[in-house]
Amino acid sequence: MITTSGLTKVYESRGRQVTALDGVDLHVREGEVFGVIGQSGAGKSSLIRCVNLLERPTSGTVTVDGVDLTALAGKGRRAGKDLRRARSRIGMVFQHFNLLSSRTVQDNIELPLEILGVSGAERARRALELLDLVGLADKAKSYPGQLSGGQKQRVGIARALAGEPKVLLSDEATSALDPETTRSILQLLRDLNRQLGLTVLLITHEMDVVKTICDSAALMQKGRIVESGTVAELLATPGSQLAAELFPVSGHATGADRTVVDVTFHGEAATQPVISQLSRTYNIDISILGAAMDTVGGKQIGRMRIELPGRYEENVVPIGFLREQGLQVESVEDPHGEGAPALPLQQHVLVKESAK
Amino acid sequence: MTWEEMRPLLEQGTVDTLYMVLWATVVTIVGGLPLGILLVLTDKGGLLQNRPVNKVVGAIVNIGRSLPFIILLIALIPFTTFVVGTFIGPTAMIVPLAIGAIPFFARLVETAIREVDHGLVEAVQSMGGSIPTIVRKVLLPQSLPSLVSAVTTTVIVLIGYSAMAGAVGGEGLGSKAVTYGYQRFDTTFMLVTVVVLVAIVTIVQLVGDAAVRLLARRGRTA
Repeated sequence: MITTSGLTKVYESRGRQVTALDGVDLHVREGEVFGVIGQSGAGKSSLIRCVNLLERPTSGTVTVDGVDLTALAGKGRRAGKDLRRARSRIGMVFQHFNLLSSRTVQDNIELPLEILGVSGAERARRALELLDLVGLADKAKSYPGQLSGGQKQRVGIARALAGEPKVLLSDEATSALDPETTRSILQLLRDLNRQLGLTVLLITHEMDVVKTICDSAALMQKGRIVESGTVAELLATPGSQLAAELFPVSGHATGADRTVVDVTFHGEAATQPVISQLSRTYNIDISILGAAMDTVGGKQIGRMRIELPGRYEENVVPIGFLREQGLQVESVEDPHGEGAPALPLQQHVLVKESAK
Repeated sequence: MTWEEMRPLLEQGTVDTLYMVLWATVVTIVGGLPLGILLVLTDKGGLLQNRPVNKVVGAIVNIGRSLPFIILLIALIPFTTFVVGTFIGPTAMIVPLAIGAIPFFARLVETAIREVDHGLVEAVQSMGGSIPTIVRKVLLPQSLPSLVSAVTTTVIVLIGYSAMAGAVGGEGLGSKAVTYGYQRFDTTFMLVTVVVLVAIVTIVQLVGDAAVRLLARRGRTA
């Protein structure tokens, strides 16, 4: 539904060149919720703004619903008629809502329809229908200044849907909201995705957002997509940073002569009581140092960090048992040893099994 | 001068002043609003970014603003005569008044429009809105309270200018104050004229402030 290829954006400021996007290839399938996550400055915002060409890419192409937007853009800074028409079929919601304080809620939702040239009666009908859809039927005549943050974002979403888009872009839509409101807005986006078959591309710096509603995710760093795939695929990828952050586990060996491994559960194996089977089969004591399990897309997936007695070499057989159960096992080497302060996971050295 | 003698002079002066100021305000808005919008749109990072146009318009506005009004008044005599057919009388005064106030008003408009959150512009762009749509549906409505405030300030400046215009052949309260108060040494009349001018300015300010409050009540946060 959304494809970018070789998307590059270079900003020029005071003679210095800053590369915000460095050859981004993104593919969002129809009907999925795709999350792009990264720290501030990673280029997420540039990326989403390039998708509807609010930001002109320096090079590369953007295709939305089969239409090559970059071809429509033309040379000048101004958006021509064709690009404007294409934009009207892509909804967008913003972190700070961007509602017009001078208009009522209903008039805000009617704005995109005014731009499309829809007649007054039809505009009112659509706006009220959308307000009903986002659960704000009683706020039609209110002004945005009278609404809470969550209500404003609901209006923002209703406005974005007014032009009946197939694609919704969400630029940190929940970042200005409290956790509870965030959940309700994400739930709304999920419902809309299911009910209307809406394809959603969202950017966020909150891992929870990805965890809650995304079918697929991509991790951005320094203007590049470093990892990308469905949540299950990512989890199945050894050493995946996204998986590590989606399912963070921490904990250190309680002494020398211990083996610490991260076990990744996905698919069938997650339903089996493998840890107790392991303990009984090999008569070893297993400590669970940390665990992050969840149900994503109806499947139980997650990671667990466990500690086995003895050095790694002595644990080849139990680890082999875990692998036989269809689990992924990665050994964790802790360079800081016992009692070291807990560090964010990416600073630990994850030794991939394939490297051994 | 007795009150009976003063009254017709004050009445005629007030009517002339209001006539000049009202029409000069209309012309100033018609001329200054597009200039202010143009200054914002053509600025660096603006929707119609255009350095040469921005520099030229900016320079004209700056020159217009730095000329003392009394100089402008005299310098514009040939132009005024060309437009109106004469350079004396209240109708003729509308020309220099408006030309003096347009650059001032244009800068106020520029400041007011710059205050509009760029996110709103982006939102309308993302809906497929064109630049005229953005101006009509975002920039102007969102800055309306500031624009009304700018008009109030401009009207008051025009009242001041109109008193000055009285000195060079205009009509109105300024002219009456110069002719009867200053040249005939009638201090009482002079003071009464000043009081009337202060009253007019106060009323304009109060009405303007009330209008801004009414518009701003809708809540500036969105």
